[in-house]
Order: sequence, then C-alpha cells, then structure tokens
Amino acid sequence: MSATGIGAAVRRKEDLRFITGKGQYTDDVIRPGETRAVFVRSPHAHAKIKAIDTSAAKSLPGVIAVLTGKELANDKIGTLICGWMIHSKDGSPMKMAPHPALAAEKVCHVGDAVAVVVASTYAQARDAAEKVKVDYEALPAVIDPAKTKSGPQIHEVAPKNTIYEWSLGDAKAVDAAFASAKHVTKLDIINNRLVPNAIEPRAALAEYDAGTGHLTLWNTTQNPHVSRLVIAAFVGMAPEHKLRVIAPDVGGGFGSKIFIYPEEVVCLWAARKVGRPVKWTADRSESFVTDAHGRDHVTHAELALDANGKFLAMRVNTIANLGAYMSTFSSSVPTYLYATLLSGQYDIPQIYCEVDAVYTNTVPVDAYRGAGRPEATFVVERLVEVAAREMAIDPVDLRRRNFIKSFPHQTPVIMAYDAGDYNASLKKALDLADVKGFNKRKREAARRGKLRGLGYSTYIEACGIAPSQAVGSLGCGVGLWESAEVRVNPTGSVEVLTGTHAHGQGHETTFAQLVSDRLGIPFENVSIVHGDTDKVQFGMGTYGSRSGAVGMSAIVKALDKIEAKAKKVAAHMLEAAEGDIVFKDGKFTVVGTDKSAAWGDVALNAYIAHKFAGQELEPGLKETSFYDPTNFTFPAGCHICEVEVDRDTGKTEIVNWTAVDDFGTVVNPMIVEGQVHGGIAQGIGQALLERAVYDQDGQLVTGSLMDYCMPHAHDLPSFKVGLTETKAPSNPLGIKGCGEAGAIASPAAVINAITDAIGMEELAMPATSQVVWAALKRAQPSQAA
Amino acid sequence: MPGVSMTVNGKPVTGDVEARTLLVQFLRENLRLTGTHVGCDTSQCGACVVHIDGIAAKACTTLALQCEGAMITTIEGLADPDGPLHPMQEAFREHHGLQCGFCTPGMIMAALDIVRRRGNDLDEHTIREQLDGNICRCTGYHNIVKAIAAGAKAMAKGGARQAAE
Repeated sequence: MSATGIGAAVRRKEDLRFITGKGQYTDDVIRPGETRAVFVRSPHAHAKIKAIDTSAAKSLPGVIAVLTGKELANDKIGTLICGWMIHSKDGSPMKMAPHPALAAEKVCHVGDAVAVVVASTYAQARDAAEKVKVDYEALPAVIDPAKTKSGPQIHEVAPKNTIYEWSLGDAKAVDAAFASAKHVTKLDIINNRLVPNAIEPRAALAEYDAGTGHLTLWNTTQNPHVSRLVIAAFVGMAPEHKLRVIAPDVGGGFGSKIFIYPEEVVCLWAARKVGRPVKWTADRSESFVTDAHGRDHVTHAELALDANGKFLAMRVNTIANLGAYMSTFSSSVPTYLYATLLSGQYDIPQIYCEVDAVYTNTVPVDAYRGAGRPEATFVVERLVEVAAREMAIDPVDLRRRNFIKSFPHQTPVIMAYDAGDYNASLKKALDLADVKGFNKRKREAARRGKLRGLGYSTYIEACGIAPSQAVGSLGCGVGLWESAEVRVNPTGSVEVLTGTHAHGQGHETTFAQLVSDRLGIPFENVSIVHGDTDKVQFGMGTYGSRSGAVGMSAIVKALDKIEAKAKKVAAHMLEAAEGDIVFKDGKFTVVGTDKSAAWGDVALNAYIAHKFAGQELEPGLKETSFYDPTNFTFPAGCHICEVEVDRDTGKTEIVNWTAVDDFGTVVNPMIVEGQVHGGIAQGIGQALLERAVYDQDGQLVTGSLMDYCMPHAHDLPSFKVGLTETKAPSNPLGIKGCGEAGAIASPAAVINAITDAIGMEELAMPATSQVVWAALKRAQPSQAA
Repeated sequence: MPGVSMTVNGKPVTGDVEARTLLVQFLRENLRLTGTHVGCDTSQCGACVVHIDGIAAKACTTLALQCEGAMITTIEGLADPDGPLHPMQEAFREHHGLQCGFCTPGMIMAALDIVRRRGNDLDEHTIREQLDGNICRCTGYHNIVKAIAAGAKAMAKGGARQAAE
C-alpha cells in the first residue's frame, strides 16, 4: 500500500481551505447586483389564504419586488413532486397533492411560504416582509399521525389524509407462523421525529442572463443534477440545457439537502422577474420549519419464536408521518428503505409489514441519515433484545442462534444479502468492549449508586444505492447509477468529474487516492470536480452511502478505459504490439524488455499525436463511464453501548461505546472512522436528546437550537471503533459504504442499554432524565424518589 | 449611517453600518471575510466565533458598532497567507477534526480561547465541557476533542503566535 493509495489514512485535500476560512459555501458567493430575498411564511398550521396586501411592503426603501403564490401560478411555474411512486395494497397509486413553491390558496404547515420580498439588502427585505399583510382563515389542523383518519382533510386528493396503505410480505404465512410460536414478543414503538440541522443553513442564489436566457443556481444541494432535472422538467422553470446548478462547498446534508425545495424555485423565478441575482439564506428558525424532518413512525411490532429461541416470523405495522406535502423521496423511506431491512442480520422465514403513510399539518418528512433503515433496525434490535430478556436467553446467544451464516441469503422482504460475517463483527465487538468484565463494572457502579447496563445492536443496512432496474421496478422515477469522466491532461495530471457530491465526506481525498493508486501518479496531481452541472454531464448525487460503492466504481470503469487507450498510445511510442504493453506503477513497459515510457510521456503523446495517425487512433486521453451496480451493498456490524443511570435523577451517561463495522474495502480509514463517529452521535442524539415537538395547533415547540436539543461535546463519549471486512461482491472495489451505519445502529444500542440498566422495557426516545426517571419509578415504585 | 472603525486581522478598517448591523454581517458583507459563518440565530452553534480584543465572542450576537476601536481576529487572521498554519489549524487537519468545514472556523477560534483560559494541557473532560458553545453535526466531536488537545500541546512547544494575543 502506498502512502496515498487505497487503505491509507491520507490527510484531506479539502481541509486547507476550511481551516483557513477559504471555503466557498453558497452564502459566500456574491454576484454583481445581487439582491436579497426574504420569505413571508404562514404562522398557521392550516389556513385558507383570503387575501394578501403587499402595498405597504412595496413602498419601503430598497424593495424591488413582492411576489405571491398567485403570480407564481399565473406564470405557470409548476409544483414540486415526489419522485418515487408507491402503490397501495389495493393497487391504487399514492395520493400526491400538489406542492406549490408559494402557497396561493391555502397553507398546510407553519412555515409554508406565501410570498417573497426581494430588496437591495437583507435588512430591507426583512423589514418589508413584516409589512406584508396576509388575511388567513384558520382551519383545524391534523398533527398526530395516529389520528389523521378522523381529522379534517388537508388535501383534496387524499381522503382520510392517507397517502398510501402499503404492505410487503406474506400475511397468511406470517399468521400461520405466529399460531405455531412458543413465544411472541410485542412492542409499541414511537420513532421520534428529528430535525437534521446541518450546521450550514440552506441557501439559494439565482442569476438570469437575459442575453442567453440561461439561469444559474448556486444551491446547498446534495444532488445538483436531479435538482436541475426536476426544476426543468417538472417545475418547468427553464429547459434543462439552459439551467445550470452549482453546489459549491456544502456544510453538511444528512439527507436534508437531497430534496428540491420551494426556495430555490422561487429564487430562480424572482431572478428572472427582477433581472438581478436573488439570494436567499435561511436563518436557523426558518430551517426548523422548512427543512424536511426525519423519522416520525408509530409502530406496533411482534416477533414469533420457537422454544429454542429460533425466530419464526415478524409482523410490523407502521404509521409514517410524511407531513404536509410529499417531499422528493419521502414515499420510499418508510417502504423500500424500511420494510426491506426488517430481516436484520437474521434468518427470519416470514415477515409481513404494513405501512400507512399520512399527511399532517407539519413540515414534510423525508430521508434523514439512514432513512428508513434506522427505523427498521430499531424495530428489529429492540424486538430481539426484549425477546431474549423475556425468554431468559443471553441476548448475544439469541442473536448468534439466528444469524444468517451462509450467503447469498434471500430474505422474505426483497433483499438478497450477498456477503457478510456477522459473528466476526460481534466477536470483535465483544472483545473490544470487554463484555467479559461487564459484571464486575456493574457491581462497582452499584456501589456508587449507579445502574449499569449493556445494550447491543447488530444492524444491517442496504447501501450502494442502487441498481437502476431494481429500483425502477419498485417505483423509483430515476436510475441510480453513477457517472465518472476521467480527463488526463497533456502534462499527466488528472481531473475526475463525478456525479456524486461531497458535503463533508472527503471525496476530493478518497477519489484522488483511488486514481493515484491506479495510475501510479502523485496524489497531488489529481483533482476531483463535482457539484456543477455545466462541468459534470450528469450524476445522481450523494445519499444512501452510495458515493464509494457506486461513484468510485464508475471511476474504476473510466480508468479501465483510460488504461486501455494509454496502452495504445504507448505501443506506438515504443514501437511494440499493444498486447505486449504492461502498465504498472505509472510506467508502460514492453513485456520482456527494458523499453518503457513514463505516464507523463504517454499523456503528452496522446495529445501531440506525433507517433500515430489519426485514422488509427484518436488523439486525446479522456474517458467516461456510467456505472450501474448489480446489487445493493450490505454493510453490517455490531455496536455495544454501556451506560450508567443515576437512580435518583434518571440521568444517563454513556460510559463506553464500541462499534465494529464491516464496510467491505476501506479506502481511507481515518475518514471512515470519522463517518462512524458522526453517525453514532446523531443516533445517540435521537436516543437521548432530540425530538421535534408539535403542539396540538401545529406550532413547532422545538423551533430553535435553544429548544431542540442537539448533541454537544459533553453529551457524548469518545468511541472505540473497529472494522471487519468481507468484500462487497457487487462492485469492483468491494466497497459497501459507511456514511449511515452509525446513525442506523446506535439508537437501539442506547435504549437496549438503558432498559437493561433499569429493568423496564417501556422507554420512549429521547430517553431524557425525566423519561428514565419516570420509567424507574414504574419499575421500582418504592425506590425511585 | 454611522461609521465604525476597528482593526481586523491586523489591518485598520472602517465602514458605514446601520445601528443594527451585526459584527458577523460587517465581517462577511463589508469586508468579504466569509470564513466566519452563521449557523443559527440564537447564539447556540458557535460557527461565528471570532476574537474581540483577544477574547472569543459570537459575532452573531455582537453589534458592529460595539466593536469601535476593537482588535478583531477572524479565522483568516490566524496564519499569514504565505506562512505556516497556526498549530491549532494544523491539529484540526492532522486529527480529522472537520468534515463539512462549516463549524470549523468557530471551533478553532473557540479552541484557542480554551487554551487561553485553561492552558496547554487539556484533558478530554475539560475540552468537552468548554465546547458547550459550539455545535458540530458531522464529527460527533471525537476528533475535534483530539485535535484541540493536540493543538494546545503544539502551541506550548512555541513558535506560533497565539491568536488570542
């Protein structure tokens, strides 16, 4: 392994600009003549818009335009869409209500935009926005996802506020298995609603070139090409070839920046109307009521076991709250990203899952780090842990008895696992966590008055999203391949254009490691280009831990073509047969001789084209690949959480965290560990701290960072992270993906640990001190104060 | 509009600002020093931390006019453009203490203030407690804590000027 090749903990190329304040995030971009946009947003969860009076706002200094939903509709700007079709059990298509970028007739959640003010400065726009008078007729709101069917109907297209009633699996076979079970474990679970809170707020800057009719959008997006496609083809803003989307440095996404939001549509429209660039940057309060939220499931789950603890079947019933409108990929999250992972790491012969997706008067809900898979893992790993306790079987032993041990393994819920070794990651985690010493630590903690508990989560996820035909057959509106273009310059340096996008993942480093390793050229001589639809022809963006498994595979395929072409050039230079050329360590050698040509010489010769005739070989050295994976990848592993709970206050401290993950090939272990740390932190946040709370009128009570509890440094421990490795057979590098694992595995590990400590299974997330204290009181009424 | 004068990263600057203009707006919009970020509107996230007269402050909660005559240091002022990085910057890179980079300038400026107040030999508990005013969503803080401990030690070894001077 070279110092910068695959497997090396190379320090990141992108860091220099970030640690010196030279990053270029969307809000840092300034265009000549730029104006600022501020949105007027609904204070009501559900209301009719009776009238909007913009006259006072328009008369204020600096105000250039005040635009409303009526004008947007008059200009025939289309509505936003959800791009994944789900059919209900009865065969009917999901009920997708129109989502206008500015509401014209009615508002459906607090924060729904009704007008936009464009002014010379931010302060002027903000002042004017306060003067826009909106006459609302408030309507009763539907907030609780479990009570939507009887509530007032939000959208005409969706009776009983139901988007779909979907199912997966064989209900009758599951019923039969349950009838023969020796033991059934039942759980009611609320998977708490979360706010992604990337630290960079969303922003959009739009510019119109009246001379060419081209629009340019700088945007905080994880997938600029899909954004362009939707805004062109569905919203109808401009033809695709006249719209350029640039995603510059993006300050975290976690899913929330995948989606196409109203604000970018409105900025593009307004820029064309006012003839000047229009910039909008969310403040955090706006992010809370406009960024798509995550999770929000209400679930009843049951696991059937035989007398030996062998799993027979699982039955899961979930209500998924999708909020006021269907966000871009919202429909897929509680269906094909959720129910398909309910088999976990286990051989479960039958699984049946029903999911009702519903509208409520809350912010739209869509993919958030893990997207469906954390919800599935929480169901599976809580069921397994509780079943072990109820049957008095060691939870490690129960898992081992049910692990899938041979591959490929076809689960009853679509997925075909292709490789893994669940015992290996479990064993390594048990050692790293010193589980053997746990009882001693528990006794020692008890002497200090603390309750110590141990919780496991042996999770699986489906990443490397995704084979296009497979997702197409499940309703996805796009293919999920990835593209790469490798451009070799005459001096031998290389630019790689990728359709993925990095917003913290370090692609500029890891992708360069791959190229450096393969071509034998210095790491410094490789640049990665992403996030600009004028530079990269097309790509599907970054989410679902796909950039390594799919994006880097596309680079491998393009590099294969580069090598083949370069060999032809080298053959002409060395006056040898093409088949006799060997490429190794950046050098082309004629086999069996000492005749060779260096990489840089071959690159130069490809361009000067003096050694070959144009009829035989085209000059230049540039190749493209579109790579479509043959399967999902299946990262899996074991996380072990050890907690101490204060008997008197219910305060939980995480005292040890061990994560052992199988991500297949690891390109840069430093970056991979960082991804794991961040994911665990978000999962611990869900388990202990975070919850988006709406009151009965639909006001977001946790609408700022003062009210919504983000994990701080002192809330978290340091993490012990280890790796095992089985290669992913479905892609050339054997990569499985690592971006979401931490967030998927960790909530169940935390709750399993706390419930172990306190001896009470009923415990809501987030398990705040108050929640744990109340549970302790229920468990031991005489002991809790 | 009233005028304001201050020294930013060693250079005297002046500008006309509204009374309500925040220091962070003055830095970002008037001076085009966009390394100082805004991540929230309630002074929780710390992406905007700069040093005012050597002490860490949230530039989103400071009026530009309050800084009349003050010495301001931002992330751009920690190292000379042609010189070596500040040891704390170097430590963040070496220990992978950043991912998306958005919270990073504030983290580094806050870290220097922790060193100023608590010295160069920082234990994990102290760093975690002292980072209460800064939020990172990417790293889980694990590597930020390591970076700050290492950066503080490297600063003690000398050579680099302290940002909080």
